[in-house]
Amino acid sequence: MSSTQALQDFAAREYKFGFRSDIETESFAKGLSEEVIRKISEAKDEPPFMLEFRLKAYRHWLTMEEPHWSETPYAPIDYQDVIYYSAPKAAKKKLASLDDVDPELRKTFEKLGVPLIEQKRLAGVAVDAVFDSVSVATTYKEKLKKEGVIFCSISEAMQEYPELVQKYLGSVVPYTDNFFATLNSAVFTDGSFVFIPKGVRCPMELSTYFRINTENTGQFERTLIVAEDNSYVSYLEGCTAPKFDSNQLHAAVVELVALENAEIKYSTVQNWFAGDPETGKGGIFNFVTKRGKCLGKKSKISWTQVETGSAITWKYPSCLLLGDESVGEFYSVALTANRQQADTGTKMIHVGKNTKSTIVAKGISAGQSNNNYRGLVSIMKSASGARNFTQCDSMLIGDKCNANTFPLIDVQHPNAQVEHEASTSKISDDQLFYCRSRGISTEDAMGAIINGFCKDVFRELPTEFAVEATKLLGIKLENSVG
Amino acid sequence: MLTIQNLHAKIEDKEILKGLTLNIKAGEVHAIMGPNGSGKSTLAKVLTGDDNYEVTKGTATFEGKDLLSLEPEERALEGFFMAFQYPVEIPGVNNASFLRMAANARRKHAGLEELDPLEFNDLLQEKIRFLDMNPDFADRNVNFGFSGGEKKRNEILQMAVLNPKLALLDETDSGLDIDALRIVANGVNKLRRDNNAIILITHYQRLLNYIVPDIVHIMHDGRIVKSGPKELALELEERGYELLQNVGA
Repeated sequence: MSSTQALQDFAAREYKFGFRSDIETESFAKGLSEEVIRKISEAKDEPPFMLEFRLKAYRHWLTMEEPHWSETPYAPIDYQDVIYYSAPKAAKKKLASLDDVDPELRKTFEKLGVPLIEQKRLAGVAVDAVFDSVSVATTYKEKLKKEGVIFCSISEAMQEYPELVQKYLGSVVPYTDNFFATLNSAVFTDGSFVFIPKGVRCPMELSTYFRINTENTGQFERTLIVAEDNSYVSYLEGCTAPKFDSNQLHAAVVELVALENAEIKYSTVQNWFAGDPETGKGGIFNFVTKRGKCLGKKSKISWTQVETGSAITWKYPSCLLLGDESVGEFYSVALTANRQQADTGTKMIHVGKNTKSTIVAKGISAGQSNNNYRGLVSIMKSASGARNFTQCDSMLIGDKCNANTFPLIDVQHPNAQVEHEASTSKISDDQLFYCRSRGISTEDAMGAIINGFCKDVFRELPTEFAVEATKLLGIKLENSVG
Repeated sequence: MLTIQNLHAKIEDKEILKGLTLNIKAGEVHAIMGPNGSGKSTLAKVLTGDDNYEVTKGTATFEGKDLLSLEPEERALEGFFMAFQYPVEIPGVNNASFLRMAANARRKHAGLEELDPLEFNDLLQEKIRFLDMNPDFADRNVNFGFSGGEKKRNEILQMAVLNPKLALLDETDSGLDIDALRIVANGVNKLRRDNNAIILITHYQRLLNYIVPDIVHIMHDGRIVKSGPKELALELEERGYELLQNVGA
């Protein structure tokens, strides 16, 4: 087998999470209207301000046009052909304890490596499990509560902590923001809510696991994380979906708010179904708006993402650096294989004085895929002393793929320091032959080379998930000596 | 240990090896010399399993196994090692990880326990000391940003760690100054044992002042045309490749 063929096979490895669970769900009919939105709000027993928020968003959405400026062509989406609400029947009633989780659901998440039992493999991690449109279980809720940390589904938060939700929801990504965020504001069904009170360092990693199960269902989740003064939290999201021939829309919104001296670390390991490797049929459209607001002085928001799945990924986790001396970071690995497309990057908006941002983006493209970095570094007039460092590296596997970089830098203050570095590399046959001549298999060699390429990003992931991420790329962990 | 019979090989449509025969026993050091284009490096690549070359005729038996039917990594696992003339840079992968992967692949193949990073680091540092090298070799990325001499030394370090049965050094002396040559030769000499064998491919006799071979072969036009004791190298140095005229090549 030629090494080029081996490279392609490696990159085109099979999707392991494509199974579908047989779980009785309650779904709305396909289609979107004010009536559907009222029904969603009613099904979730929401306070009136929420329905108002949704309807305002929906009415605004009707005036908007679907954007098409990214380098990711796709067939038009029929928004009336999407199911906007689907929930496992068993999840309707409130659970007294985790033991009451439907065994089928529990099995599904077990299979995905996310046991809904405290003390299991992810012992140091609290998990909120979202299945189709609803959160089915959250672990370690009580333990966290003792520390004052609120970690629950956003539906629950609307009922238990409506004043917090009302204060912060839409404060980072307003309902008018963009076509998909506005749609999300109208129809979002669940997601996670995290609140870390003043001075608390969240004692464990928080994590949400998203699973789309029902065909033709859109997943519109909404995550809101608020860290008050001098607090810290590390949060991770993971996602998978079964294989279907039709495309599914995932249009999530994530909002982060960091107050004075607070730090939020947000990590994503995204592995949605990418579509049929040969034809490109099916797969998830991952059109997501993620934004963090460094509101307080010396606050810090750090995004780390490992994007390996989806037919199309179109997202730019961003930081609004409002507080003086606040810090924004973006570490990204985007792997595209077969016919996948990714257009991803970040926006760092420097408003406060002496704000700092770091961008490290690694794109790996294989097969006939298309992998774009798109970023904006904007230094406003007010941002005296602002600094940015950007590094964009692309790695190409084979000769049928594409990698592009679209960095935009807008500097309005004369003493700003902005650095941009970029590189493009290939895994060469010479490198693989050299490794093989030492007894290292092509697969292991490639793993090590790709792992080395991504090291700066993996280092930013919580340990548990760094392991998961490297596995996800088919990689054996490089040892840590030296 | 290695028996090559009537080996023919070509790259694209050009035949380079034209019936090479060579026999190597455990404990021996062989030197292969010859003018540019005589096929020395092709021999090295064919034995390593470079698929740019096609073997059209002949056999190579290594420890009773048909070497030519094995994948490059299988040859390495059986104990064959080539020190590259132009070692390849692998950015992002450090020497320690790279060598641990290689060493563990061999251990696994031999039915031994794999070494964890700490155990392996002990072994690696021992070899680094043994070869008088700088301990920072372990942490540097494989050949990345190395000088020519450092790359060659790194090949010898790999050889020391992997402890091959048969090592082939492809022009390891080229591009080395006299001090670097001495260090590399010294390293190779320390790895000479009764149960392994070494093939040195070189243009120059000077390497053979430091690593004294048991047998010298002269290669010309894809064949070994003359073999003899170490003095043959001196004779060659003196008379140049005109020596070949006498052997009818």
